[in-house]
Amino acid sequence: MNTIVLRVGRYSVLVERRTVLVSLALAGAGLALALVGLCHGASWATPSEVLSALAGRGDSVVVIRDWRLPRVAAALVFGASLGLAGAIFQNLTRNALGSPDVIGLDAGAYTGALFAITVLSGTAAQLAIGSVIGGLLTALLIYVLSLKSGLSGLRLIVIGIAVNAILTAVNSWIELRAELDVAIAATGWSAGSLNGIDWDEVYLPFLIIGGLMLVLVTLSHAMHQAALGDELAVTSGVSLNRLRLLIVLVGVGCTATVTAIAGPIVFIALAAPQIGRRLAGAAGVTLVPAALTGAALLMAADLVAQLLLAPMALPVGVVTTAIGGCYLIWLLFREVKRP
Amino acid sequence: MRTDAPTQAAILAGSAVLLVAVAGASVSVGAHAVPPAEIWRAFADFAGTDDHLIVRDVRVPRTILGICVGAALGASGTLIQTLTRNPLAEPGVLGVTAGAGFAITLGGVLGLAGSQPAQLLLAALGSALAALVVYAVGRTSPLRLVLAGVALSSVLAGLSLGLRLMLPDVFDTFRFWSVGSLAGREQVSLTLPLAAIAVALVAALLVTRPLNAMVLGEQVAHALGGHTVRTRVGVLVIVTLLAGAATAVAGPIAFVGLMVPHLARRLSAGSIPWLMAHTVVLGPVMLLVSDIASRVLLPTGEVPVAIVTAFLGGPVLIWVVRRYGAVSL
Repeated sequence: MNTIVLRVGRYSVLVERRTVLVSLALAGAGLALALVGLCHGASWATPSEVLSALAGRGDSVVVIRDWRLPRVAAALVFGASLGLAGAIFQNLTRNALGSPDVIGLDAGAYTGALFAITVLSGTAAQLAIGSVIGGLLTALLIYVLSLKSGLSGLRLIVIGIAVNAILTAVNSWIELRAELDVAIAATGWSAGSLNGIDWDEVYLPFLIIGGLMLVLVTLSHAMHQAALGDELAVTSGVSLNRLRLLIVLVGVGCTATVTAIAGPIVFIALAAPQIGRRLAGAAGVTLVPAALTGAALLMAADLVAQLLLAPMALPVGVVTTAIGGCYLIWLLFREVKRP
Repeated sequence: MRTDAPTQAAILAGSAVLLVAVAGASVSVGAHAVPPAEIWRAFADFAGTDDHLIVRDVRVPRTILGICVGAALGASGTLIQTLTRNPLAEPGVLGVTAGAGFAITLGGVLGLAGSQPAQLLLAALGSALAALVVYAVGRTSPLRLVLAGVALSSVLAGLSLGLRLMLPDVFDTFRFWSVGSLAGREQVSLTLPLAAIAVALVAALLVTRPLNAMVLGEQVAHALGGHTVRTRVGVLVIVTLLAGAATAVAGPIAFVGLMVPHLARRLSAGSIPWLMAHTVVLGPVMLLVSDIASRVLLPTGEVPVAIVTAFLGGPVLIWVVRRYGAVSL
């Protein structure tokens, strides 16, 4: 038997055995990396110290629980959120390259966040709402511009790249125009960074991302049917237009929430769904492995960013850009070799 | 538009008048506006006032630089688009200028890019390598070529940002090569790079006749007595030289080589030599207009011109994709 049936009361899910195993392994890898992240800092704490500090004992409770834990938790949750957003859009465009960071949704969300900071007063709620609106407007723009050629295909991606170039230019202009203190804050942020995140900043995003994930769980069955093809999905009772609208909203929400706090962290959304899919050996882009891979990837990238130039911390976006760009080139190269 | 020589020459003359007007504006507009009469006096009746010094030492060198770089970028865009028959091809979008800029940055960090000949050499090497990588990865379709170029550009951008944070002191001198700009280049001696651009531009005009035959297809060009391999290699060398030299003096500037040929193609009615002539005049117009915009967009200071060209060029890329899509020229 390659499949397992999970039952909780009236509900049951049919899952592949390999998917379950891979997901467990990925979750384990993510948690192991998180433990390393908690140990690493100005002074190295042993894993046993970390565990006792998490339980509230020992001398380093403040350092571990209040300083390091928010960053590690943010890396895991944001990574999962970006991985999900990537999986959603890659499913929608049926293209490995159709992820939100390549087609400019990150840049659009960032424009919204910059607007909230420079024009409005820049409270946490304004940042979140601004970036979601920016991301949605960008998605709408790309959709309208590529209506003629449909949602799939490389044309949409290149239109997205052009939109990305325009928005990136606008973002640099806003940053250069802004007052000096805003500009300095925004410049560390424009590469995407988890430096200096504390609990106060992450409560709201964690709640939003949790809510979006719940919505996605209720939609997952319909998404599975939709992946079989439009005709089959409609025949089996899926309202495709409503479904697509909802999952675009969820996907943009996932990307924009992360961008509002950490700036545009690119390439996690591109790479995580593809890596997760290969590991799970699944036919299409699957959500749970994508989210878990995203969490492990961002956690690892953040560790590399901290370790590479220690004691200085690089923005994690620099690491993901350099590695993710190489991955994108490799992805293209492999497709070229295929006859 | 007709291809007969008088019509085309008239259009070219009109573009040249436009270029002169834009160049005049480029000398006049800036943090300190100089009235046109003073510009004339700065040359005819030099008195050493602030206005005259600004015109002679800052604005005019910058405008000449803009003209040469704009012509080089436009011409290299035309050559690549014609040779690959890819409407989306352009040295900036394909990551060729990013490769040149990164090669200089890396050379600078390693202590190799001190002299101008070394910078030119590094730029040419970098652009050739980037062109090879992007072509190997994306040769099967026009859209894929763009993707490969964008991916390479973003890797190089990430690496140079990392280098900048790693070695702030060394890198400060070479930061300029990560975002293209015409500002602050007035004090550098530009004789060598501008001479290289001038030679390459003449070569670009000469190569248009054999290219005109190649547009009909390799076999036809061969039957007409053309040396297809020689033309191909020649064009690639010229493109590398143009994009490399332009990047060596102004840093990576994208989208000028994409916009200008599409504009010039509407005027030239299918003739490659006329297309090249229009590009060489309109490229500087486009870059100078962007450069003027880059000076007035901020209340204080300037935006790097590459940001303005990206803002103007993005919509053009969208238009080209919607118009041509995956279709070859």
